[in-house]
Amino acid sequence: MLSIEGLCAYYGDLEVLNNVSLTLKQGQIVSIIGANGAGKSSFLKCISGLISKKTGRVIFEGNSITNFSANSIVKKGISHVLEGRQLFNHLDVIDNLNLGAYLFFKRGNSGLISQRRDEVFDLFPILKERSRQIAGTLSGGEQQMLAIGRAIMSTPKLLLLDEPSLGLAPLIVSNIFSIIENLNQKGTTILLVEQNANLALGISDFSYVFESGRIKLQGTGQELLGNEDVKKAYLGH
Amino acid sequence: MDSAFFFTYFLQFVISGITIGSIYAMVAVGFNIIYNVTEIINFAQGEFVMLGGLIMVIFYNKLDLPILIAFLMTVIVVAMIGLLIDQIVIKSIKQPTVLTLIIGTIATSILLKGAAMFIWGKNPYDLPAFSGREAINFFGAVIQPQALWVIGILVVVVGLLSFFFEKSIIGKAMRACSDNQDAALLVGISVKRMILLSFALSAAIGAVAGVIVTPIALMEYDRGAMLAVKGFAALILGGLGSFPGAVIGGLLLGLIEALVAGYISSGYKDAFALAVLLILLFVRPHGILGNPTVAKFKKF
Repeated sequence: MLSIEGLCAYYGDLEVLNNVSLTLKQGQIVSIIGANGAGKSSFLKCISGLISKKTGRVIFEGNSITNFSANSIVKKGISHVLEGRQLFNHLDVIDNLNLGAYLFFKRGNSGLISQRRDEVFDLFPILKERSRQIAGTLSGGEQQMLAIGRAIMSTPKLLLLDEPSLGLAPLIVSNIFSIIENLNQKGTTILLVEQNANLALGISDFSYVFESGRIKLQGTGQELLGNEDVKKAYLGH
Repeated sequence: MDSAFFFTYFLQFVISGITIGSIYAMVAVGFNIIYNVTEIINFAQGEFVMLGGLIMVIFYNKLDLPILIAFLMTVIVVAMIGLLIDQIVIKSIKQPTVLTLIIGTIATSILLKGAAMFIWGKNPYDLPAFSGREAINFFGAVIQPQALWVIGILVVVVGLLSFFFEKSIIGKAMRACSDNQDAALLVGISVKRMILLSFALSAAIGAVAGVIVTPIALMEYDRGAMLAVKGFAALILGGLGSFPGAVIGGLLLGLIEALVAGYISSGYKDAFALAVLLILLFVRPHGILGNPTVAKFKKF
């Protein structure tokens, strides 16, 4: 479904990714773990088009989207939940969700928006209760749910998730992770960047460990959970 | 002074206050459009008003076009100038921060003023009032028919814009761009196109204000800067980003000016207007209708 070939990316002159290649099959959950500054978030931003200074190739469903703009890539069926939620803070919950389905509106399919919104409310009932609340005033967990809700409004084929557990209480994190698994079971392919290696490896079909902008290790979630280097560096054993 | 006489004077001041306040409100509305998309204040907004009046002079007085056609052509030309400012100035700034962009708009304002002096000279220009100049008697006070046009057009413009930004998905997409450009791109909103649209729309509103105020107050090349300052004060009074706030701020500012000019001295009108602005900033910094919760999430 997604294939990355020899990707290098830069912030100004600083190289943040060096020759990264990986593939993602339809229906998988693939995770990327690594320390702060390893290039995980930059990698997702290269796929979704937010970082344009890059070399190598990003192939999605057989077509190169390497040099597409971010607002064109979402049309191909890739949705990106940024680190730190990045909601439209001064709009309310419903407006945030409606804008998640902006593509339907552009395609003249506005009727689908309320149907999708109801589906998101089924997944996150708390958002329905908060529907007229300004997004910036929601709790951290609710904001993360809204960020995921907004991203799936456009029914993406591939969902890029950046640190969905960041700053959240364990109970909320496990709730969010079970929703991520649920979305995957319904057919959404997921590429997950996560500092909480235990959780990420536990739900992944395949995982990569990033270090200094390169892939250091790769394997199934179970293989990496048993790897001594991973245990020492990321699992605290 | 007997009470009927006092009332007539008071009414006259209120009417002039509302008329000039409506123009401040239109400038404030123009500021809001660009602010709502980019969170920058376009200090060239007053120049759009000036250009509206003076370009209308060319189409109507010089080229003798019918008034409606001349009006439409003026709005289109000024909207195109708005587009050009976005394309040439805003997009060319290499490291676009709110501050550098605002400085860019101030420079643009000065350039437009210079260009206007070159084209139209320093003399003020007049335009015929839409429904003649025969004053209407209103409880002893006089109203120019053009003042009713100014107020009526303000109501229509603000109603349409409020609906557009509060209810339509394109309006909300435009507001989303000011909030978080990356997130806006990721839901498929073309941020560049939205910014372009905001400049065209606010330039068009400025042009409308220029065309309707010129028959009352004349128009010359250097009127833009003062209008921008007054419109900005109205904007802060009413609450940044709020259209009804812009109207209330504009009308309040106009009323303060007219009453001070009438009862104290016209020399003090600006000082009083700005003093009220300062007091409001001390006690209610988000403005009369600004939402304090929303204001927390804005850059300024």
